[in-house]
Amino acid sequence: MSLKRKDFLGLYDVSKEEINEILDTAVAMKDILTRTVKKVPTLRGKTVINLFYEPSTRTKFSFNLAAKRLSADVMSISKSSSSIAKGESLLDTAKTMEVMGADVVVIRHSAPGAAKFLAENISASVLNAGDGAHAHPTQALLDIYSIKEKLGKIAGLKVLIVGDIAHSRVARSNIWGLNKLGAEVAVAGPQTLIPREIEKMGVKVYTDLDQALENVDVVNILRIQMERQESGLFPSIREYREIYGMNAERLDRIGKKAMIMHPGPMNRGIEIESSVADSSQSVITEQVKNGVAIRMALLYLLAGREIDNEDLN
Amino acid sequence: MDKSEMIVKKELIDSAAMGRAITRIAHEILEKNKGTEDLVLIGIRTRGVPLAERLAAKIEEIEGVKLPTGILDITLYRDDLSTVAQQPIVHRTEIPFDITGKKVVLVDDVLYTGRTVRAALDALIDLGRPLQIQLAIMIDRGHRELPIRADFVGKNLPTSKDEVVDVNFKEIDEKDAVLLLEKS
Repeated sequence: MSLKRKDFLGLYDVSKEEINEILDTAVAMKDILTRTVKKVPTLRGKTVINLFYEPSTRTKFSFNLAAKRLSADVMSISKSSSSIAKGESLLDTAKTMEVMGADVVVIRHSAPGAAKFLAENISASVLNAGDGAHAHPTQALLDIYSIKEKLGKIAGLKVLIVGDIAHSRVARSNIWGLNKLGAEVAVAGPQTLIPREIEKMGVKVYTDLDQALENVDVVNILRIQMERQESGLFPSIREYREIYGMNAERLDRIGKKAMIMHPGPMNRGIEIESSVADSSQSVITEQVKNGVAIRMALLYLLAGREIDNEDLN
Repeated sequence: MDKSEMIVKKELIDSAAMGRAITRIAHEILEKNKGTEDLVLIGIRTRGVPLAERLAAKIEEIEGVKLPTGILDITLYRDDLSTVAQQPIVHRTEIPFDITGKKVVLVDDVLYTGRTVRAALDALIDLGRPLQIQLAIMIDRGHRELPIRADFVGKNLPTSKDEVVDVNFKEIDEKDAVLLLEKS
């Protein structure tokens, strides 16, 4: 059994078996990152293009490093320093990359569906590195990997996602993935930042964080975007911190076994207190390391595949 | 070739003969290396692993020394990844000791084209700088495509390219046996 797809766009249309295969492959990939020679020759001769239409530090760096650890040739293109700034369309840019020999195109774009659009129109494999508020599957996979690594399983765990659920592709991707693997997912945040029909995705909804924190195994804290406050979705940063911020007292209440995650970049002192971020229960730095392993696993599973043009039909 | 589409043509070696071959190889390893100093065993996944463990047990029986034993997964070093339709599953390499300065005995069940051993040599050298690498295998079936030979051989079995030599270990398979398979 192996990942049988040209592209990897989101966790909504992959099977439990496929997710498990990616997670298992990432275990072997993570071992490579701990060796003296942190490189394997697996993707020699393959070309990976990172096409980033949105600012990103860790995801771009993580994909770059993952491709290099597998010996692929990798190029990163960002919006400001390329023809994109001259108004070239997404498809033209991607086609240009393809003609130059790209085997995998990693794309980050502000428009939901951008990765899918590209996947339907080029024969190279497309890997979604975040499309608007839609999906960010590699972040969700690295979150799931981090949970499994620390707690040994996913099925039956109670996972709480806290913060701006409405604008979060990380939340949506985590919900898809965790549900498939049998976790119980709940979300907590201000009513204005929770999408109306989120229950239909199979999650419990809380507006009271303290109530939501009862009996949780994992708390995944999302970054609060300051511009949301300006648009009136919550009254003030101070109030958000009081009501939804993860602080030492709340950490104490959830017990020593529960783990703390954050996809970064963190607003220390707002959604997460420094003492929580740096506590022994926090796996925030490990998440970054696991991100490289997950992306290596996906690049391996996608790039090795023979390009079959019939898939385009 | 998919083994499920093949039939057993004959049993080449039975369990007793396999046991005797393992005992002889264990003695040969000790003789060539003048004992167990700096010696380690590394089995190539999948069926090099039980063979390495058997050799370690036999050597412990003979010398009273338990050799460090590891597991090598060569998937990421294969030279045919760009030609296979689907990526093979990657497993972990589990070598819980430093191989630098050690005499490594690489262990596999069958030596055929030599490509697996080539991949294993590259994988090992990325993990450290062994003093020596030796090769122990159960069956040498010929048809080499690379200049590689084994230091310790259970049995030489000339075969045709249409056949498959299937080494079974009771740890993984039903029983110990070497079978010759043919397309049905």
